[in-house]
Amino acid sequence: MHLGFVDWAIIALYLLFVLAIGILASRRTKTGSDFFLAGRSIPAWVAGLAFISANLGAQEVIGMGASGAKYGIATAHFYWVGAIPAMIFIGIFMMPFYYGSKARSAPEYLRMRFDEKTRGFNAITFAVMTIFSSGISMYALAKLIGILHVLDAPIHAMGLPPSAAFHAAIILSAAVVLAYIYLGGLKGAIYNEVLQFFLIVAGFAPLVWLGLKSVGGWDGIKAQLVPTYTHAWQGMAHASTNPLGVDWFGLVMGLGFVLSFGYWCTDFLIVQRAMAADSMGAARRTPIIAASIKMFFPFLVILPGLIALSLTASAMKGHVPGAVAHPAGVSSTVAQGSAEAPLIPVKIDSASGKPMVDSTGQPVLDYDLAVPNMLLKFFPTGMLGLGLTALLASFMSGMAGNVTAFNTVWTYDIYQAYIRKEASDDHYLLVGRLATFGGIALSVAAAYLATRFNNIMDMLQLVFAFINAPVFATFLLGMFWKRTTGHGAFVGLVCGTAAAAIHHGLTLPAGALAGFKGGWISVLHTYPSEMAQNFYTAIVAWSACFVITIAVSLMTKAHAEKDLEGLVYSLTPKITETTSAWYARPVFAGLVVLTGALILNILFR
Amino acid sequence: MSFDIRLPIGLLFLAIGVILVGYGLSSDAEIYRVHSLGTNINLLWGGVLVVFGLLMLALTLRKKT
Repeated sequence: MHLGFVDWAIIALYLLFVLAIGILASRRTKTGSDFFLAGRSIPAWVAGLAFISANLGAQEVIGMGASGAKYGIATAHFYWVGAIPAMIFIGIFMMPFYYGSKARSAPEYLRMRFDEKTRGFNAITFAVMTIFSSGISMYALAKLIGILHVLDAPIHAMGLPPSAAFHAAIILSAAVVLAYIYLGGLKGAIYNEVLQFFLIVAGFAPLVWLGLKSVGGWDGIKAQLVPTYTHAWQGMAHASTNPLGVDWFGLVMGLGFVLSFGYWCTDFLIVQRAMAADSMGAARRTPIIAASIKMFFPFLVILPGLIALSLTASAMKGHVPGAVAHPAGVSSTVAQGSAEAPLIPVKIDSASGKPMVDSTGQPVLDYDLAVPNMLLKFFPTGMLGLGLTALLASFMSGMAGNVTAFNTVWTYDIYQAYIRKEASDDHYLLVGRLATFGGIALSVAAAYLATRFNNIMDMLQLVFAFINAPVFATFLLGMFWKRTTGHGAFVGLVCGTAAAAIHHGLTLPAGALAGFKGGWISVLHTYPSEMAQNFYTAIVAWSACFVITIAVSLMTKAHAEKDLEGLVYSLTPKITETTSAWYARPVFAGLVVLTGALILNILFR
Repeated sequence: MSFDIRLPIGLLFLAIGVILVGYGLSSDAEIYRVHSLGTNINLLWGGVLVVFGLLMLALTLRKKT
């Protein structure tokens, strides 16, 4: 691929603005509170958009497109089932405790509510998880830059081998994120996330528009693909009758309840944005504002994958997974595409050099290339620069979200708690700034580790299942059952994470070999897909944590009620919000957004 | 007092929009036949971004006065 001068100009402009915002934010970053909490000064709409962007890493943009092509519109369950309800829940029910407790981080809330060891366990596992997430995001970007051959010309000019592009992409992108977080802290990250949000929309909206035009709209997609790819709920009764390979119980409980609430309601990378809001009302509105926009994201990030699959199905005359065997009424615009290489190429076996086929004789497609190839196909010079900027923006926002959360948890919950307790605010500010270097260096290491996995989304779900799934039971019991004790929470958390690991060790997705994918203890059960295994791992982990936390709590001494005021539902005065207009109140706005998500589910059932 | 993020957003989108419109007006129509189904997507989307950028700047200015 050849990038023109205009493309480089757009990318350079973006990088300039990102750094400028970092510098502007640094002028207002004088204390630890500024650096780690953005001085609790962020308006609700800014925090809301940052809330979306921080979660929208490159692995999401590429991974959701890839999943859209692999599983069809059912991928939207990750939004309409697996995000929106949890985002509403945290806004209405949990934010009063996060924001009202004045905790500086999610682990710190656990220390206030429970005890030091619960905080320590959560802080350390969370720190590990942010490093992994940020590394995966970095890996996704670097791989993409290699695939698109963006850096080939400058790399060649410097006399380096082509493989250097992968390393250069990782180092360059990390350096920019490093610079603006080092300077502006959380404020720099949040303000950049808003800019990045608009760029991601600006880069992907025209791609969807052109793609839909090319394939003949939603009806054109339906003409090319089997119904389970265009109906999110069709075939969900049994794992064998839908592309996800998951039954409805696994989907609703595993994804919709455990993983979703575990991520959106307890993950500090997400919660941190709302905790930076300028008031309790703004903090509660933050996730609801985010949800109102997030529910439309499937059209932006999943649809390109479905379009790519439809065009591929048309070009390969239906010989791809998910395509109808002999598509009738192929439109002339679609037929034009068939002369070119398919948008989603068939994977080539590196040993034999032959195209790979699965056990049913269908070709194995390289889904991760769906979105990048869509960009290359539909964007000419100029728009291509904007499309790449959007990818870069998604990568940076995702990585910055992880790094800022890591900084805070490392500094307040690990360094201040265990390494140096009494030091000046300036000292912790310096530690936070230096932690940016450490966090990014570890992310780079994680990025190289990620090269061992094929589907990035699946690996991320695996990590979440181990760490996040049990945590939600802890927060839920902590906030809504005053009898929960520190010992109960800690034992429950450890057992939940252990249960996740044991379940993973005893089960295997169909067709996989024992090892990294599971079954490393012994294979007792085989799941129809890796996703089903992940969802049930999460269910097992959550249930174990929930039951064991209750059991151990009942056996141990209860906390004094006066210590739990503002931390537990029954001991905290109800918030009566009278300052904002009726439509902006969390419960009303939340119900509206929830209804919207329900309507989307019905439309695409 | 925090700064208004709409100012840099407005400026960046205006700048990118102007670049795309400028390139859209001067580029060969052939690239649009190859890529974007004959639509001059640079001109079209560049125009949209210019409007969005100006809107953001207008919102910033309105707040100041």
